[in-house]
Amino acid sequence: MKKQISILLLFLFCSFNSFSQDTLKEIKVQSANKSLQKSLKLTANTTLLSSKELLKAACCNLAESFETNPSIDVNFSDALTGTKQIKMLGLTSPYLMITEENIPSVRGASQAYGLSFTPGTWVESIQITKGAGSVVNGYESISGQINTELIKPIKNIPFFLNAYGSSDSRFELNTHFNRKISDKWATSLFVHGNTRVSKNDMNNDGFLDNPLAKQVNILNRWQYTNAQKGWVSFINFRYMNDKKQTGELNFDPNRDKLTTNYWGSEINTERFDISTKLGYIFPDMPFQSIGFQNAFNSHNQESYFGLKQYNIKQKSYYSNLIFNSIIDNTMHKFATGLNFTYDKYEEFVNVTDYSRTDNSVGAFFEYTYDNTTNFSIILGGRVDNHNRLGTFFTPRLHVRYNPWEKGVLRFSAGRGKRSANIFAENQQLFGSSRNFEILNSGGKIYGLNPEIAWNYGLSFLQGFKLFNRSGDVGIDFYRTDFQNQVVVDLYQGPQQVVFYNLNGKSFANSLQIEFNYELAKHFNLRTAYKYYDIQTDYQYVTQERPLQAKHRFFGNLEFETHITHKGRQWKFDYTLNWLGKQRLPATISNSGLDSMPEYSPSFSVMNMQVTRTFSSTFEVYIGGENIGNYKQQKAILGSDNPFGTNFDTSIIYAPIFGQMYYAGLRFKIK
Amino acid sequence: MYIIMKNLILAVVVFFAGFSIQAQEKLSKNAKYVIEVNGNCEQCQNRIQKAAYSVSGVKSAVWTIETHELSLILNEEKTTILAVKKAIAKVGHDTDEVKAIVESYNKLPGCCQYERK
Repeated sequence: MKKQISILLLFLFCSFNSFSQDTLKEIKVQSANKSLQKSLKLTANTTLLSSKELLKAACCNLAESFETNPSIDVNFSDALTGTKQIKMLGLTSPYLMITEENIPSVRGASQAYGLSFTPGTWVESIQITKGAGSVVNGYESISGQINTELIKPIKNIPFFLNAYGSSDSRFELNTHFNRKISDKWATSLFVHGNTRVSKNDMNNDGFLDNPLAKQVNILNRWQYTNAQKGWVSFINFRYMNDKKQTGELNFDPNRDKLTTNYWGSEINTERFDISTKLGYIFPDMPFQSIGFQNAFNSHNQESYFGLKQYNIKQKSYYSNLIFNSIIDNTMHKFATGLNFTYDKYEEFVNVTDYSRTDNSVGAFFEYTYDNTTNFSIILGGRVDNHNRLGTFFTPRLHVRYNPWEKGVLRFSAGRGKRSANIFAENQQLFGSSRNFEILNSGGKIYGLNPEIAWNYGLSFLQGFKLFNRSGDVGIDFYRTDFQNQVVVDLYQGPQQVVFYNLNGKSFANSLQIEFNYELAKHFNLRTAYKYYDIQTDYQYVTQERPLQAKHRFFGNLEFETHITHKGRQWKFDYTLNWLGKQRLPATISNSGLDSMPEYSPSFSVMNMQVTRTFSSTFEVYIGGENIGNYKQQKAILGSDNPFGTNFDTSIIYAPIFGQMYYAGLRFKIK
Repeated sequence: MYIIMKNLILAVVVFFAGFSIQAQEKLSKNAKYVIEVNGNCEQCQNRIQKAAYSVSGVKSAVWTIETHELSLILNEEKTTILAVKKAIAKVGHDTDEVKAIVESYNKLPGCCQYERK
């Protein structure tokens, strides 16, 4: 027996063909100089923001990383939480799929503040896709996808430090440590802390303009790369603890919590994540690979707003197995796989228990044809079985055609379906006297039905050269049509907010015209005009959605000096945002001072930043936000009687704080 | 003694058998080749890559302007590197083994007309 085995092994050894495979050398793509890249070759309408773009403004966290790019509208922080909310194509972040390294991250309990839980310095790049995205990551995206890539340990420098301070008493510290343990293993540790220590009340309404805050955020990443064998893997451990306190100036949580002495609010969140990614690229077949992603997170928010209490705990598990390969040759690629998600919610609004468990299993297939010249098409579909959304099919289509040099025409269409987490997504309404009413009771999600929408879009981008300088002009139009929507009705009166299934039409049309031009060497101009037409059939009226400007204008100027031989450079950046009038929720029935007009005034906000780089390892920056000092005159309704019936902190259409100046430094050890 | 001899012969036979299998050309389904293809601008890249893809069995073809190198992955059970070179020469681009005929070269658009060695 032993002899037979040894002969067999000898035979296998001899007949084993060890061709010295000419492994294709790893092609290292040098990141292009442009901080904002719009490809002529990608099929989907995707803009790439590199880390260079994130250095143009303060960008303390992910929510603030979109200030210098027109595809995303950054709205003003509400009077309560100080978190900036983003919108794409006129729709708020619940309708976007926000992923971190292709794993869905901001969703469910973290929908409202999730973007502020990723510090800006951790981000390597952001991909923003307008319209229905890929089916590979899920079925929930309706108006777009935002994917954040974090800095990878293998490419990272040993040490990075960023310190920041601002005139509204916000201080931040970021430290990154990185170590290459061997040629295959590397690890990084990112530690972030931020705090706001003093009380600000610029408009003298007796309420804090931005919350007192404390946040600590830690990320430990491990990366394993074996290029010869084709294995890449990432393991991440993350912990975050965020505390916010807001409300009246004289509010003292120890003394006044849940009393009517003074109105105050605390939002405390603790979050823990573990995620792993395992990738295998077949060594002699670079077009074939398998990826396996797993993420587990535990999110716990305990909060109260005056006398209203809101507590939500979410435990989620996400798993995605993807197989990529080709049919015949690389002109025909496909991706297919399986997806599993599990969410356990323990949610309490005052004493009412809205706890539930969601789970889904899905399979997807996406085919890409690229003729490598001027045409490509991505056709994807997925089938999911969800315990609350049922069994459904999600199709997505992307087409790209390059009619002539530097021109690209794109079309996309797709369907999205999601559960509306009405409380987590509309938390700002807790900071008001509004009574929450849910009209329907037959559905599976808070008594309501799932939201289903179709998105269609057409875009055209043309690059050109004028007076020997390059520029581009683009126009895009998107329409989102809701088959069903959970309508948040603020038009029935200032003392209530009513949630119900859509009965009629609800759509969002958005048009964007962009013009970008290199005025001189290192001097660039970006401009964009946006038009939104968003209407919903509410129960008693067909009206525009509130707090959405029909017309917006964006402009950005950036200038850099030449980098001297010592590595010295000056960088200047100026951004202008003009917003047209916005429809406000109905408050006319409130007496006198506590009512707001039907429309807000139009106004503009300007930001500026100057960066001085002393060498490749040290730079200092100073800037201002809202340097025109525009303030919303009346931010909080009923501020004199917060426990009365006219109290509302959620109607915010402009900055509240006024001008804010900041300074910071970045130091690296390479 | 006899058993030892039997095993020794068996081992030797196996050894040689293994060797002879190695001596045969085993056809790879994902054979990699890097060949030099002469050409100039981006339009050439499309033409060269398209010509390579038109050959059944070619899985991946990437041509870089700077290096004039065409990186190929092809299924040797379906085609050969010579067939690919012939297909490329047919559209007007020279490779080391197969040169394009004059008519094909002249059909190339202006920017593509590279210097012929």
